[in-house]
Amino acid sequence: MRAQFVLSEIGVGLRRNLTMTIAVIVSVALSLALFGGALLGLKQVSVMKGYWYDKVNVAIYLCNKGDAESDPNCTEGAVTAAQKKAIETDLKKLEPVEQVIHEDSQEAFNHYQDQYGNSPLAQSLTPDQMQESFRVKLDDPEKFKVISSAFTDRPGVQSVQDQRDTVDKLFELLNGMNMAALALMGLMLVVALMLIVNTVRVSAFSRRRETGIMRLVGASSFYIQLPFIMEAAFAGVLGAFLASVLLGGGHYFMIDHGLNLADKMPLVNFVGLNDVFAVLPFVIVIGLLMPGLAAFLALRKYLKV
Amino acid sequence: MIRFDNVSKTYPKQNRPALRDVSLEIERGEFVFLVGSSGSGKSTFLRLILREERASQGQVHVLGKDLGKVSNWKVPHIRRQLGTVFQDFRLLPNKTVGENVAFALEVIGKPRGTIRKTVPEVLDLVGLGGKEDRMPGELSGGEQQRVAIARAFVNRPMLLIADEPTGNLDPQTSVGIMKLLDRINRTGTTVVMATHDQNIVDQMRKRVIELEGGRLVRDQSRGVYGYQH
Repeated sequence: MRAQFVLSEIGVGLRRNLTMTIAVIVSVALSLALFGGALLGLKQVSVMKGYWYDKVNVAIYLCNKGDAESDPNCTEGAVTAAQKKAIETDLKKLEPVEQVIHEDSQEAFNHYQDQYGNSPLAQSLTPDQMQESFRVKLDDPEKFKVISSAFTDRPGVQSVQDQRDTVDKLFELLNGMNMAALALMGLMLVVALMLIVNTVRVSAFSRRRETGIMRLVGASSFYIQLPFIMEAAFAGVLGAFLASVLLGGGHYFMIDHGLNLADKMPLVNFVGLNDVFAVLPFVIVIGLLMPGLAAFLALRKYLKV
Repeated sequence: MIRFDNVSKTYPKQNRPALRDVSLEIERGEFVFLVGSSGSGKSTFLRLILREERASQGQVHVLGKDLGKVSNWKVPHIRRQLGTVFQDFRLLPNKTVGENVAFALEVIGKPRGTIRKTVPEVLDLVGLGGKEDRMPGELSGGEQQRVAIARAFVNRPMLLIADEPTGNLDPQTSVGIMKLLDRINRTGTTVVMATHDQNIVDQMRKRVIELEGGRLVRDQSRGVYGYQH
């Protein structure tokens, strides 16, 4: 009896305010999609960090013959075989070093051609222009300082580079995008909340006859407010559902199909669909609670009980 | 049933109190007319009984409860024991007569069986038997007010508050409504009725309470309207 009564009231209320309801649903959907997107972005960054920090090493670039004039560290010209040998032995003696890989200029050239082979710059390069290097894998990436202080000023060493700096810039960019998404979500949320408050106000006004009578005959305030709150929560859940579809669809089209980033960027380990599903419960719960709460607060102002 | 102890009411942002130092008592089963010109404090008096407003000073007791001390969430339970009727009927135009009456029971969570049994009974009582499925718009003013009375009475309240129930009706129809209210009063329900209708007050010869500028100026059993307006 009660349930049926409340449900029919909700239906009437939502249809009466159809345009406003649609506006609420869309704005809730967008803000929740941004929220879910930001959560996925954070997840993406941590996945990538784990993956890259594992791969990324310290690179010790050695002088090649072209550097003699241009680089103050390489005034003696190209690195000699003896210097290389000494560097390698010393590297292997150091505590945090796990593995040392020597990459000669031909290998560096091949790598570069693999990655950027189509660009005009790559086509004009020759193997002897590429830099020879040692790739050093550390058991703890934080111990970069040990390597850098030991080898920066050695003859034949052009520079020591912590490759984490490079990926960290990428992560900073990704984090920045997450922050932007969160800020946008905040704005959309404010818009959604204001729409909900306004919807409730209009709804309360158009139903003031009913609510007035309910009040007079002694309906409890909970019972009077419930249809309004359920209305907002229902619109919120529809919005959350739409946001879920957007997130799932976004993942589908951007990563697995359509844009197909998974194939285009094989080096990046993307978040999976299971990560998307892990985010959805948060999206739905927020979609349910946030509009309901907003409606409840709006009613205190616009519905005398 | 109702007791006012030195009750004053001043609305926010107004200097002149709407009700000043009113003390009176209304016993169970009484029929009381509340008279006075517009702005004399009749509406405030009724709103205090319904706990739509709280007294600024003094105590209002209704059904043995000090309304100043009743917390907000308990107010609905008090209102369930009161019935209210207004000049403008306040029916829901998109619901039938029967649904309008049933609405009062639905929203306080009465079971469907009770509602199905009670609504026709009370419609019979107010003389609208068989008009359950009509829309309020199809009824005359007097009939609409009967629907409103049925709605107010369907939960068998101890106290019926009527704010100018005949204000929109012609004299003949008004007499019918008064007979109905009198019959309800005879079942033991206390009736407090604010009115401007001199003929009715003079004919009924019930207790008359007169307010003027927020003060109680007359409280007379078997009284008459008593002043020209």
